[in-house]
Amino acid sequence: MSKPKFAMYWAASCGGCEIAVLNIHEKILDVDANFDVVFWPVAMDAKYKDVEAMEDGSILLTLFNGGIRNDENEHIAHLLRKKSKILVAFGSCACEGCIPGLANFSPVKEIFDTAFSTISTDNPDNIRPQTHYAMPEGEITIPTLYPVLRTLDQVVDVDYYMPGCPPESHQIAAVIDLVIQVLQGKAELPPKGATIGAGNSTVCDECKRKRNEKTIKAFGRIQLIHADPELCLLEQGIPCNGPATRSGCDARCPSAGAQCIGCYGPAEGVVDYGARLIAAFASVIDSDKPEEIDRILDGLVDPAGQFYRFNLAGSLLKAAKPAWKSNGG
Amino acid sequence: MTEETKSFEPTIIGFTCNWCSYRAADMAGTARMKYAPNVRLIRLMCSGRLDPTFVFKAFASGADAVLISGCHPGDCHYISQNYKALRRFHLMKRVLTQLGIEPGRLKLLWASAAEGAIFASEITKFVEEVRALGPLNWPQPGEQVSTPIMEEVTA
Ligand code: SF4
Ligand code: FES
Repeated sequence: MSKPKFAMYWAASCGGCEIAVLNIHEKILDVDANFDVVFWPVAMDAKYKDVEAMEDGSILLTLFNGGIRNDENEHIAHLLRKKSKILVAFGSCACEGCIPGLANFSPVKEIFDTAFSTISTDNPDNIRPQTHYAMPEGEITIPTLYPVLRTLDQVVDVDYYMPGCPPESHQIAAVIDLVIQVLQGKAELPPKGATIGAGNSTVCDECKRKRNEKTIKAFGRIQLIHADPELCLLEQGIPCNGPATRSGCDARCPSAGAQCIGCYGPAEGVVDYGARLIAAFASVIDSDKPEEIDRILDGLVDPAGQFYRFNLAGSLLKAAKPAWKSNGG
Repeated sequence: MTEETKSFEPTIIGFTCNWCSYRAADMAGTARMKYAPNVRLIRLMCSGRLDPTFVFKAFASGADAVLISGCHPGDCHYISQNYKALRRFHLMKRVLTQLGIEPGRLKLLWASAAEGAIFASEITKFVEEVRALGPLNWPQPGEQVSTPIMEEVTA
């Protein structure tokens, strides 16, 4: 009997998700034992046309990481949707935009200026990439950038979400185990649309730091504060995103002395991640006077970046207005 | 004000608390005071119930501005929840500004149950301010970005 087919793809992402999958160590042999890996650009040679030639729905499981930033990303998202039975938005970029989604703060022109015309770039003729270029051998093309980055489910229907930047390897291993058990008839798949490979509560819930009532008179950046190693970081004025972030990482960052930056995305039931954090942070500020509140808030140097570091593309507003407005020039 | 903004009727979502500001609005109504019809009021029990999500949702769904109102400081029926609303308001404004939404599109208004006239005149004033800012026109889901925009980014 032929094995069920497996695919993995990267769109606008950093490649960390692929590393996380390889980091499941010998479990990767289970993947090989149970699946026929048909498409995985980082690990094997396969062409888009090979995927195009496959029968619709013939790939059992596709892990799709990366956001949709250009027309190539979008094309492959549609293609893999068509060819896959189970499409998983894998990792923060596919789920909610992640770091590449931070570019949604800026219009495309600014992104290009920064990439090709700032002082750190040696580009005296100010050459910019062109999507089509005629060479003696024929025309060559590169993908066209869109005004904003979109999450996978803003482009195609998604079956499951697996958050994390990247997803923790033990969570990936558990999900692969589950799928194998499903294949053997020993388990059932979770309902469509479920978040898999993560917890249902918040990072605070898994965090071991001691908590008292939070009253904050000043926010400060972690490198400027001698933080008490036992005490909740937010209580010490260090902006920690634990209260809004989904559990699943065993509160790794706060255990290691760093604040949670929110890579597991919104906790169960949170509609807008940033809005939830605004509510949480504003609640613990210890002042009733507008001027003092403003002074305390000055300690949060980049609130939108703090609250939407991983989630801008997936948030209610999705992008800053200047980025939207670059649509169509 | 341009011709376009003069004829523009802003849509404003207004959140009131049950005990003071909603009564102020009610009073303005029963006393037949005239004020601009652009505000759609949503009554909460208290301004402290105002989840910032409501504000973001309003903007994302097409509102041109959002009004948050509650009892005067010290008068909240749940003791100090309106101070929480105050702090959220300040923080929201900062975040919205970074997202390209002018701070003038979010207003906080304290009004007691007796201040129908103030409520009415503040709303009229707010509507004029938002009219001058023009429509926000936040893109709606569906009117998405599949159109490439290479013109301005290629050499
Ligand atoms: S705010 Fe951060 S440090 Fe405090 S309990 Fe939550 S995760 Fe831990
Ligand atoms: S009851 Fe009016 S603001 Fe709390």
